[in-house]
Amino acid sequence: MTRRPGRALLVPAILLLLATLDWSYVGTEQFVNALTIGAVYALIALGYTMVYGIIELINFAHGDVFMVGSFVTYWLLSSLGFNGTISDLPLLVVVLVGTFLAAMVVMGGIGVVIERFAYRPLRNAPRLAPLITAIGVSFILQNIIQIFFGPSPISAPQVIDVQARVNLGGVDVSVVKLFVIAVAFILMIALQTFVSRTRMGRAMRSTAIDRDAAQLMGVDINTTIAVTFFIGSALAGAAGVVQVLYLGTTNFQLGFQAGLKAFTSAVLGGIGNITGAALGGFLIGFIEVNSTVAGFSRWSEAIVFGILVLVLVFRPTGLLGQQLGERA
Amino acid sequence: MTATAGAAAPVASQAERPLLRLDDVHTFYVHVHALQGITLEVFPGEIVTLLGGNGAGKTTTLRTISGMIHPRSGTVHFGDDDITNVPAHKLVRRGVGHAPEGRRIFGRMTVLENLQMGAYTRSNKDELGADFERVFALFPRLRERSGQAGGTLSGGEQQMLAIGRALMTHPKLLLLDEPSMGLAPILVEQIFQVIRDIHAQGTTVLVVEQNALMALGVAHRGYILQTGRIVLQDTAANLRQNPEVQKAYLGG
Ligand SMILES: Nc1ncnc2c1ncn2[C@@H]1O[C@H](COP(=O)(O)OP(=O)(O)OP(=O)(O)O)[C@@H](O)[C@H]1O
Ligand SMILES: [Mg+2]
Repeated sequence: MTRRPGRALLVPAILLLLATLDWSYVGTEQFVNALTIGAVYALIALGYTMVYGIIELINFAHGDVFMVGSFVTYWLLSSLGFNGTISDLPLLVVVLVGTFLAAMVVMGGIGVVIERFAYRPLRNAPRLAPLITAIGVSFILQNIIQIFFGPSPISAPQVIDVQARVNLGGVDVSVVKLFVIAVAFILMIALQTFVSRTRMGRAMRSTAIDRDAAQLMGVDINTTIAVTFFIGSALAGAAGVVQVLYLGTTNFQLGFQAGLKAFTSAVLGGIGNITGAALGGFLIGFIEVNSTVAGFSRWSEAIVFGILVLVLVFRPTGLLGQQLGERA
Repeated sequence: MTATAGAAAPVASQAERPLLRLDDVHTFYVHVHALQGITLEVFPGEIVTLLGGNGAGKTTTLRTISGMIHPRSGTVHFGDDDITNVPAHKLVRRGVGHAPEGRRIFGRMTVLENLQMGAYTRSNKDELGADFERVFALFPRLRERSGQAGGTLSGGEQQMLAIGRALMTHPKLLLLDEPSMGLAPILVEQIFQVIRDIHAQGTTVLVVEQNALMALGVAHRGYILQTGRIVLQDTAANLRQNPEVQKAYLGG
């Protein structure tokens, strides 16, 4: 991958142009919606792409990790006695920070356990085996949630006032949505920095490129893969918190559709590519919102998956290119 | 025989304890019996070469030493330690550096990051700085290319990076698997000169080669491997004179 500054700027420039045009088409409210939905898909897509990058597994249970994250959030908030908007700002900050931390740590831990017991024993098995296991894990997670919380959708406390709005340079924006978008961006920048700058980040990248060579450098593959699952699942956990804050509802089947769309995002951006997954997530958010605005809201899923098919046919490495298998 | 001037440094005294000892090692790939009782020793301060045709088991021997694959029977000792079943990533800390067959550099990472990967287990900043300097002194080209993705390097540069990366682990024993593979003659000369330099700086080397002429030029001793067995072992000088070796490996 050569770095030509001209080309590096081209993609953001085109995206900025498209976004500006789209803004005038869909209007501010829907534009912010697209960013918010996109942020959720992006957060989930990162886990798909990281896990695929390192062990070439499409972790079909990942959408359900997001779903469980939303239930953990619901359980946490309601058992602490919160059942609606928190108007006391310092308290709200503490609750938000605590909820994100707790949900991310819990889901990260669950991700590590899943990898340890469901996928690691199959690491050298034919690739179909862990894939089928992933589907099994997905059902297990759904069933566990169903046992504890029942089959019907539940309404979860929205601690940030959904009516609250701020004026941002002349544009009137919902506070929750702004918060969600900001959280997603902060997490994505943190992830990018971690992966590109730290020793563990280098271990993850080298393991994704060439597992044997990484071992010869002293990298403990098991630890590195576990850390990858922890981070990916923690991000899905954060998306679960966002689900509760933004939509105030969840159900045990939530992970399936969200997972499929996030997976599509990851493929769209180029699976294995972290920037690509984030970009893909936002693109899917925009595609959905645009199809709604254009009056095809019932078709938005067909459009999303139609795009997945087109990408797989015409550009299987995704928009930003796959980053796999490029050992020298 | 022209390229024989190399092995000037004295052969280590064989009374010393070996740095590496393989004892009747049998290694399998599922059903393939790749190593059929390998016994070999490398003494501190030596350059030893392992020669043999395609599929003889040279790579498997190195992978068995560095813990990438474990033998079904037999033992591997490194210094006083039994390392037969120690996993690869733990052997790096103990001083086994391995530049594997086919270079296997990290193509999407920069040259500098590749070298940092070599230093993955190390924490002493001063020592590390000295090792970076050592690698850049051996391979000035790597300094020039340090910000470039490893995958964009030429074959020769990639081999330099693979060796440099292994040196960054600060090995007591450096394992090199066909470092001259696919390189132009001038580069082959360079690589073997670097092996001499690395050795002169105090690192023990076990080098696998198809280029027997060059390998016997730098090595003190050599082993000849055939279908998983050692069929001949001797000093490099004697191996060069051996008619069978000349016929089979030296094109004579
Ligand atoms: N992953 C593997 N699975 C099965 N058999 C293998 C595997 N790797 C090597 N072998 C077999 O083990 C034997 C020794 O292979 P090895 O790679 O050690 O040979 P080599 O001496 O390094 O050969 P070359 O000079 O071609 O690199 C060969 O018969 C080879 O076919
Ligand atoms: Mg080989």
